[in-house]
Amino acid sequence: MDINPLVILLAAIFTNNILLVYFLGMCSYLSVSREITSSIGLGMAVFFVLTFTSGINYLIYHYILIPLDLVYLQYIIFIIVIAAFVQLTEIVIERFSPVLYYTLGIFLPLITVNCAILGVSLFMVIRQYSFIQSVAYGAGSGLGWLVAILALAGIRSRLKDKYLPRGMNNAAISLIITGIMALAFIGFSGVAIIQ
Amino acid sequence: MIVVIINNVIILAGIGGFLALLLVLADFFLANYGDCQIDINDKRQFTVKGGNSLLNSLAENDVFIPSACGGRGTCGLCKVTVKEGGGPLLPTEKPYLDAEEIEKGVRLSCQVKVKKDIFITIPEALFSIRKFKGIVDNIIDYTYDTKGIIITLQDPAKIDFQAGQYIQLQSRKYPRSKQIVSRAYSMANSPDRNNIIELIIRKVPDGIMTTFTHEYMKEGDQILLTGPYGEFFIRDTEADMIFVAGGSGMAPFKGILEDLSAKDTKRHIVYFFGARTEKDLFLVNEMKEYEKKMKDFTFIPVLSQPDEDTDWDGPTGYIPPLLDKYVRDPKNTEGYLCGSPALIASTEKKMKELGIDKIYYDSFG
Repeated sequence: MDINPLVILLAAIFTNNILLVYFLGMCSYLSVSREITSSIGLGMAVFFVLTFTSGINYLIYHYILIPLDLVYLQYIIFIIVIAAFVQLTEIVIERFSPVLYYTLGIFLPLITVNCAILGVSLFMVIRQYSFIQSVAYGAGSGLGWLVAILALAGIRSRLKDKYLPRGMNNAAISLIITGIMALAFIGFSGVAIIQ
Repeated sequence: MIVVIINNVIILAGIGGFLALLLVLADFFLANYGDCQIDINDKRQFTVKGGNSLLNSLAENDVFIPSACGGRGTCGLCKVTVKEGGGPLLPTEKPYLDAEEIEKGVRLSCQVKVKKDIFITIPEALFSIRKFKGIVDNIIDYTYDTKGIIITLQDPAKIDFQAGQYIQLQSRKYPRSKQIVSRAYSMANSPDRNNIIELIIRKVPDGIMTTFTHEYMKEGDQILLTGPYGEFFIRDTEADMIFVAGGSGMAPFKGILEDLSAKDTKRHIVYFFGARTEKDLFLVNEMKEYEKKMKDFTFIPVLSQPDEDTDWDGPTGYIPPLLDKYVRDPKNTEGYLCGSPALIASTEKKMKELGIDKIYYDSFG
C-alpha cells in the first residue's frame, strides 16, 4: 500500500468519512450537536484522541503484538490505550477549559466507547497502513468527525425555533439530516481520490 | 502453553502499567493546584489544598454555606460572591443565577473549584453556622414511612436558632452505601428546647440518607450536623398566616407552633396539612391540642386519596382550591409553605392569584 498520507487524510475527511460513510460514533454525535461551541469542543477532543491513539496503537501492534505473535490481543490492548488516552484528555481539558469540561459532561469519558475510535485503529490494521499513513488516517477521521458534528450542530441551531411535527424533534430529525448529509458525502466518492 | 499465558499477562500488565504511570504523572503535574488561599470578606484567610470545590474547602475550615442538596448542584442555595479567582461561569450554574447575580459575580460554591487564590464575600451571618456532634436519643415511628428523630446535642451542647430553620444532617457509611452525604431537614422543636434537635424524616425509596436514618440508625448513635440555616421563620408582624405543609413538611410548623404557643400569640393562623390517606396522617392530636391552647389557630388535615371504606369527613383533594374560603384579607396575609416542590409551586401560584404576595418557603432541591 503506497498511498500518499495526504490523500489518506483528505479521503478520511470526505469520501471515507468515519461518521457519515461508516456511521461510527453516532451516540455522542447525536447528543452533543445541540450547540456549536460544545460540538467543536467534543470534535477537537475526538480529533486529539484519534490522532494519538492511531499512532500509539500502530506502534504497539507492529512492534509488540506482531513480533510476540499476540495479534489476538489487539482489541483489548487498543481499548486500554484508548481508555487511558481519554483519561489524559479529560485531565488536560479540566485543567485548561473548565467550561468545556462541564459542557461535555459525561460525553468526555464516553469517548472511550466511541466506536469511531476503535474503528479507526482496526481499519488501520486491516488496510495495512504504514505509521505515517495511520496517523494521517487517524487525524483525517478526527477532522471528518469534527466536520460532520459541526455541520449537524450548525443545521440544528438553525432549526431551533422552527416548527417540527411532533415526534420529529431532536434525534429523529438529526438522523434524517445525517442521512441526507451522508448522501452528499458519498457523492464525494465520484471525485476518486482513493479506491 | 504456560509460556504463552505468561507472555500474555506480562504484555497486558506491562502496557496497562505504563499507561497507568502516565496517568499518575499527568494527575500529579496537571491536576495538582498546590496550596491556594481563600479570603473571605477581606477578614479571614486560610490556606487549602487546591482542586476541591469551594463549598467543601470552606466546610473543612468550619465555614458552612447553606446547601440543601449537599453539593450536587441541584438546589442553587450555596451562592457566594466571588470577587476574584473563581474561573469562568459554568453551564451547571447558569440555571440558578439571574442576570443581576451574574453581573455581581455570584457563583454556586459547590461548582466552583479552588484552583488559585480566591477572594469571596459571604453574609456575616453565615459565620454563626456551626458543626454539632450529637447522640440519637429517641426514634419515633409516626407513620409506616415517617420517623421522628430526637438528637441530644453534645458538642456544642446548645444551638441558637429561630423556629422553622433547618440543619444539614450527615450520614455515615453503611453496608449499602459507601458515600457520606448531607441532607437538609427542618427542626421540629422550638428554640426554647435548644439542647436537642428534633427532625421528621420521611423515607425516600432508595434515598442514601433516608435508608440510613430508617434502617441503620439506632438510638445511642453519634451523629454530625451543621446549622442553623434558612430564611423560613415567622416574620414579626400582626398579619394573618396560612401554613401549608405536606408529609414531612410538618416539621418546621411543629417547631413554629410550639414556639408561637409558648409566646401566646394572638395571630390568626390556618394550617393545611396534606396527606394521601389516613395512614399518612400523624401528630393530629398534638395539633388539636394547639387548637384548644391557642387563641386563633385552625388545623385542617386534607387527604388527597382517602381510602373508600373509611369514615373520613374532612376535606379531600388538593390544598390550593381550598384556600379561597380561608383568606380574609390577602394584603394582610402571609403564606408559609413546606412540602414537595409540586405542592409549593401549586400553592404559591394559587396564593399569588388570591393576591397574597408575602410567601415564604425554603426550597430543598
